[in-house]
Amino acid sequence: MSVAGHPDVDFDRVFREEHGRVVATLVRHFGDIDVAEEAAQEAFLIALQRWPASGLPPNPGGWLTTTARNRAIDRIRRESIRDARHAQAVMLTLAGPEGTDDGSPDSSSLQDDRLRLIFTCCHPALATDAQVALTLRLLGGLTAGEIAAAFLVPEATMAKRLTRSKQKIKANRIPYRVPTDAELPNRLRGVLATLYLVFNEGYLSSSAETAIRADLCAEAIRLARILASLMPDEPEAQGLLALMLLTDARRAARVADGALVPLPDQDRTRWDHELIAEGQSVVRACLRRNRPGPYQLLAAINAVHTDAAAAADTDWSQIVQLYDQLYAVAPTPVVALNRAIAVAEVDGPAAALAIVDQLDLAGYHPFHAARADLLRRERRTTEAVEAYTRAIDLATNSAERAYLRSRRGELQQ
Amino acid sequence: MVQYLLSVHSTDADTTPAPEVMEKIYARVDTFNEEVKASGNWVFGGGLHPVTTATVVDATGADVVTTDGPFVEAKEHLGGFWIVQADDLDEALDLARRGSQACGGPVEVRPFQDDSGA
Repeated sequence: MSVAGHPDVDFDRVFREEHGRVVATLVRHFGDIDVAEEAAQEAFLIALQRWPASGLPPNPGGWLTTTARNRAIDRIRRESIRDARHAQAVMLTLAGPEGTDDGSPDSSSLQDDRLRLIFTCCHPALATDAQVALTLRLLGGLTAGEIAAAFLVPEATMAKRLTRSKQKIKANRIPYRVPTDAELPNRLRGVLATLYLVFNEGYLSSSAETAIRADLCAEAIRLARILASLMPDEPEAQGLLALMLLTDARRAARVADGALVPLPDQDRTRWDHELIAEGQSVVRACLRRNRPGPYQLLAAINAVHTDAAAAADTDWSQIVQLYDQLYAVAPTPVVALNRAIAVAEVDGPAAALAIVDQLDLAGYHPFHAARADLLRRERRTTEAVEAYTRAIDLATNSAERAYLRSRRGELQQ
Repeated sequence: MVQYLLSVHSTDADTTPAPEVMEKIYARVDTFNEEVKASGNWVFGGGLHPVTTATVVDATGADVVTTDGPFVEAKEHLGGFWIVQADDLDEALDLARRGSQACGGPVEVRPFQDDSGA
């Protein structure tokens, strides 16, 4: 829906973008997520009635926050006749300075609130799926139905998950604050992992029907942008944003005719070069701080890939070096596997196979896919076909399976 | 302030560590208990006798039924617990971390419904 006189303004988009800010501020005021959500919803409804005639206010976020706050106070006043404890909450709120939140949206108190909200939504006491759901609902402004559709679960399941998570926050008094310096590295890792999970669910959808769900990728990037802007001194937050940008930039070239297109075969003219330029500049800026971490290094690897005009121009030795650094900070079998794929380009498939065959990743389909490709290049056809079959059996993404089947088919001809 | 139950679940008696190991655990738990009292988080706490000493009373029907044994046959039973008061979950989780290190087992943290103790 658009606003009169502002034909380009998409109402849902404005609400979605302001949702996190409005809810975050109200949670701080009222100490209750449900009160904040309901009040935000009321304010959006009032805006929906008024804005088509009046046009957008100069500061829609401030307008929505003030309106929602007043609605919440009205509601609590009405209810406080029955409940003395709520009355105290109102008194506290009313005693605070009036109108302090109507200011510019980039004032630091508003930013802090969204940061508080991110850390509460991603508190380690909450299950991962609950963290994802709460983050998308409260910060992303997605409805329970939209989140349910994105994760292919019934809406009632998602609604219950949200209700339970909010109940856990309330009953346990999960704090509404940015963690102290001592806790921050650990807690930030949790937040980054949650955002990356949202992105990957969009990009490497485990669903059989849809290869890529662009809406989830876009939402993850939007949240990563917010986090990166709120935590400019955390290079890993910048690294995650860069990683998402550089990955998403290749989205259009990644699937053709329902089959996955591997990096070397992608039509690089279909890459989004604006996103690449932005991602590369974010990578450069965070690497200059010389505090490398897993997300920055993954972003740097993607920056090298996107730097090559053609696959043959890829600087593989630099990629191997970056994987060496990544393995030093994140010594996992999956990192070792990806490093081996780069080693194959520098030292040949036999050297890579020697590494891959020592990895304990039998349940991980990319392991079998990588092995199949290396065996194929070594002309060990029978083993390659077997490995492709294992990979196809384990993969769930339809485009990936289609690609693997065609590779196996070529060997069987 | 919210009150939290920090509970420790232990396996049956036949897997109880050797006496000298138990003594060290008791000493560490004693130290932890003193710290919790000193910081004002202490409400109550203690270790329980083995689950074989438990009795269940059921007065939900017309007759009162008294039976030997715990509620459910399980590999793990409540072995001991603390009740602490804390400002928020992060403070309770930190107490649980120290409690877990002291007693040598995982600790479950669960808030009490009634916050009238605040």
